[in-house]
Amino acid sequence: MNESITLNYDVDSNDFTRAGEASSSVKRKLKLMGVDPDIIRKVAISLYEGEINMVIHSYGGTIEVIISTDMIEMILRDKGPGIEDTELAMQAGYTTAPDNIRSLGFGAGMGLPNMKKYSDDLKIESVVGKGTTVRMKVYIPKNIS
Amino acid sequence: MTIKDIKEALGARYICGEELEDREVHAACGSDMLSDVLAFVKDRAVLLTGLCNPQVIRTAEMMDIVCIVFVRGKMPDDVMIEMAKERDIVLLSSGHRMFSACGLLYEKGLRGGAPYR
Repeated sequence: MNESITLNYDVDSNDFTRAGEASSSVKRKLKLMGVDPDIIRKVAISLYEGEINMVIHSYGGTIEVIISTDMIEMILRDKGPGIEDTELAMQAGYTTAPDNIRSLGFGAGMGLPNMKKYSDDLKIESVVGKGTTVRMKVYIPKNIS
Repeated sequence: MTIKDIKEALGARYICGEELEDREVHAACGSDMLSDVLAFVKDRAVLLTGLCNPQVIRTAEMMDIVCIVFVRGKMPDDVMIEMAKERDIVLLSSGHRMFSACGLLYEKGLRGGAPYR
């Protein structure tokens, strides 16, 4: 694989039946491409947490996944409402999710910490009233690519 | 331990995936918080949960979990069953509550993986 491949997905707000479809599709494609299972799991978990966050908290947005020989980059862009205090949002256990989200098994304040844990690089840019862009990278070590 | 062993230890019944009952399970996770499940990678794990929504199947998919046991007699709907079939995930339903179900499997030698640090 010499050139990079880009995958694009739309994510709807509050659609919990379809939530995770993008992550599922990315995972299947990486498997077909023969990517190392540990790398796939890192991508799948961090992307899935990010996708769930978009469904819970945002007004909807897009996911772009760029697969190249040395890394997999995930860019999640939403249309708002933006995060007021990203440092606080990163703290394990901090959540603004409503009760109905907790009844689904989410809203424990572990989404962003998990994304940080499983990705090799995480950057969050957020403007209140405009939206949030989350960029995650998972590197593919040379000996297993 | 195989999925069949889990089914027998819990007096559970198959919802789908009976044909995969000889698959090996190496670890277990009991939780109603999906982000907790996502926080700790385990090899060839079974998930015990009282949650019953499509995100349980998705979480299992992301973690390569081989079998889900719904405790307290919970029954997934057709959409969830179809999702599990497509992903080769075995679904079991047990009348036991979470604590007892986990205890029965622990007694049979199944463990939860490395402790949290």
